[in-house]
Amino acid sequence: MIRGVKGSLLAAVSLALVGCAASNGETASAGDKPAASAEKPVKFNKDPYPSTYKPYAGQVTAVRNVTIFDGEGGRIDNGTVLLANGKVEAVGGPDTPIPADIAVYDGTGKFLTPGIIDIHSHLGDYPSPSVDAHSDGNEATSPTTPEVWSEHSVWPQDPGFSRALANGGVTALQILPGSANLMGGRSITLKNVPSRTVQGMKFPGAPYGLKMACGENPKRVYGGKGRMPSTRMGNFAVNRATWQKAAAYKKKMDDGKAVDRDLAMETLAGVLSGEILVHNHCYRADEMALVIDMSKEFGYKVSTFHHAVEAYKIADILQKEGICSAMWADWWGFKMEAYDSVNENIPLVYKAGACTIVHSDDANQIQRLNQEAAKARAAGRRIGIDVSDELAWTWLSYNPAKALGIADRTGSLKPGKMADVVLWNGNPFSAYTRPEKVWIDGALMFDANDPKRRPVSDFELGQPGEGDVK
Amino acid sequence: MIRVLLLSAAAIIAVPAAAQDVAIVNAKLVIGDGSAPIDGGTVVVRGGKVVAAGAGVAVPAGVERVDAQGRYVTPGIVAAFSRVGLTEVDAVTGTNDRSAARSRFSAGLDIAPALNPMGSPVAVNRASGVTRAIVAPQSSSNLFAGQGAVVDLADDMDMVTRPRALQYVAFGEDGSAKAGGSRAATFLLFREQLLAARSYARNPATLAEWGNDAMIQRADADALVRVIDGTTPLFVRVDRAADIVNVLKLRQDFPALKLVLVGVTEGWLVAREIAAAKVPVLVSPLTDLPSSFEQLGATQSNAGRLKAAGVDVSVGVFDDDDAHKMGYATQYAGNLVGLTRVPGASGMTWDQAFASISSVPARAVGMEGSIGSLRPGRAGDVVIWDNDPLELGSRPTSIWIDGKAQSLTTRQDRLRDRYATPQEGALPKAYDR
Repeated sequence: MIRGVKGSLLAAVSLALVGCAASNGETASAGDKPAASAEKPVKFNKDPYPSTYKPYAGQVTAVRNVTIFDGEGGRIDNGTVLLANGKVEAVGGPDTPIPADIAVYDGTGKFLTPGIIDIHSHLGDYPSPSVDAHSDGNEATSPTTPEVWSEHSVWPQDPGFSRALANGGVTALQILPGSANLMGGRSITLKNVPSRTVQGMKFPGAPYGLKMACGENPKRVYGGKGRMPSTRMGNFAVNRATWQKAAAYKKKMDDGKAVDRDLAMETLAGVLSGEILVHNHCYRADEMALVIDMSKEFGYKVSTFHHAVEAYKIADILQKEGICSAMWADWWGFKMEAYDSVNENIPLVYKAGACTIVHSDDANQIQRLNQEAAKARAAGRRIGIDVSDELAWTWLSYNPAKALGIADRTGSLKPGKMADVVLWNGNPFSAYTRPEKVWIDGALMFDANDPKRRPVSDFELGQPGEGDVK
Repeated sequence: MIRVLLLSAAAIIAVPAAAQDVAIVNAKLVIGDGSAPIDGGTVVVRGGKVVAAGAGVAVPAGVERVDAQGRYVTPGIVAAFSRVGLTEVDAVTGTNDRSAARSRFSAGLDIAPALNPMGSPVAVNRASGVTRAIVAPQSSSNLFAGQGAVVDLADDMDMVTRPRALQYVAFGEDGSAKAGGSRAATFLLFREQLLAARSYARNPATLAEWGNDAMIQRADADALVRVIDGTTPLFVRVDRAADIVNVLKLRQDFPALKLVLVGVTEGWLVAREIAAAKVPVLVSPLTDLPSSFEQLGATQSNAGRLKAAGVDVSVGVFDDDDAHKMGYATQYAGNLVGLTRVPGASGMTWDQAFASISSVPARAVGMEGSIGSLRPGRAGDVVIWDNDPLELGSRPTSIWIDGKAQSLTTRQDRLRDRYATPQEGALPKAYDR
């Protein structure tokens, strides 16, 4: 499926805009049978804001004598990694051959991991400084806005991106719309590289996501405006009516009938056809169970429940359904649906065999997701769930990559994958450890030992503390 | 659940737990005053207070002996700036007593009767090693937020260690929004309210003469008089470097003010001025984003640079969650240790970092002699940890507050145990406890 999505997106790039009736590539309204009417079905460009990201220049690099967590649960002590042409070229033990005349770093006492991937961020659409003029994360004017795209709000100059890189070792992240709406809009996956444009950050070929939200936020926002939904049952009613409409829209397209282009329905049809992944903000166990039934009612799949504070109560169901949970280690008490948080949520979900992800939803905490994972792991250990360092790293890179549909390209240190790599100055599950070097597609984008490898956004240029260690 | 809580509350009222005399031996003993840990140390608590701590301390006859088996033993963490006890669920307004947005009173507000020692945040924070907290009200519509307290997090009904331990006021953008829209208005309103309080103190009849034009209520004036004469420390939220300098100048008009600066995001830019003024600061040290134009210079090295300049730096957990996650104090302090290994960054040694979450905040609020360290005479607030307390995921295995052994079980633990296996058994989960 991942490849298929990538393929269709790439095909779309090469096509002209709306109105083209070419017979290949786009599937939105193309069927095997000719349209019933004489009117030719309209095809819409699915990738009108294409990624312009290109890997930055890197050199062939090796790190030796380093402890490696490969991101898929493997560990190599006294390991060697070789990065070349933007890719992981080789990962192995001390006898791994490396070419002569390349940059070689000694990793003694250090650890090397895949870059952290934060599946839940609002960097860029709620950037720093968080002034009203920058409040671009919630189109809170209608409870369903699947037509909005978070990439159209992302401010690439948000200083938070560089903090996540330098302090957090984050190499890719998903930027989601907020949770005011039941259907908040499309999310976008970015490479964590500075850029003049958001297109220059877009992860090439990553599928789009649809942000949905359960529970308190939508009903509070719209109930507060005296309109539907004002209750949880209202949340479901609005969702179901919208999905029903989307199903009809999709059927019309599938049948090859002409449709008036509807950007909202286009996103939802993309979900129903499996091209767009659902990321559903949902705290309570009972609500997650209802959402699962709603997804079956309309024939879509939830990729990930975000925040999932009560995932531990239904970890068996989440395992059976193959749905990921993106969680905090210990956030609680800020609202009613976050009241039943437990410190062991993450390890309990892991123990049930369900897909486990540590996420931030926070411009500060994105800078230490490794520490959040460490706390969760320790909490698990105290109740007899012993998760090794290398297995716990799956919560930070490979599992979020899977949930985002990019695990075939990043998220683990396997030959041929993107060289998105962090060298830590100690064990990354220690409070005393920080990233020393971060490579993205093999390019050295951060080096703690080189102030010139520390990005400074336009906003920070000429301000107090420009280029500081932060 | 509710009934259980009520029953246990009743039990506590009926039979208050007595302070135990206890000696913890074979400890990696952290005094909390910035000195290095002592291997093989002993701490003796009698009558609720530390009587001796160090190496080669004898255990008096008849005192219970607890073997720490070489683990870390420290004073309890002092949450440097918090709202613990003032809220259960932030978004459930009935449980949230942080601020009084529609009150006609300001400086006179006293949080003591709003504190709820039975709230689950008290137990959760205690289980993470926090035994005392400096609790401040939150600013709302008025410039002065009111009087905070120093509290303990013990499992009993008496939470207040020192009432009216501080007055809280926010300057900067927050203050200017309350004062009328500019920093000029903030400084003028501050000055005029204090002058009004002083006039009232000299002649209480003036307040009546002012009638409806009075700038402050009698209770507010009473509280501000204690700020003017330095009886009550004034905690000032301030972030921008220029604002910090101007707040320090308030002592030109009111020389007895006992200032404590909170936030101080750009403090490193004026570290020498703060040090020269001998004003302590409370920082949330991982604040490193220019979240506002008064925090442009934000950096995690702020705490370390201030400390290096000679400023008394306490580490707190705010600008994040200031009521539920006080246990982050140890993680934040650990990060300061980590910063010492980052080229160009400033942090703290382990010993300094631990002191910044124990004795230093106690000193900031004028209570260094009674809480925050294991020096003789301090409250018997002692924690045994399962590992290095500044390291991630370390937890207390035993806690004493005022010499009384504390429960470490929380409502969260009960939920966790109920769902250790999520599937329902012969009966629904509701029967499982």
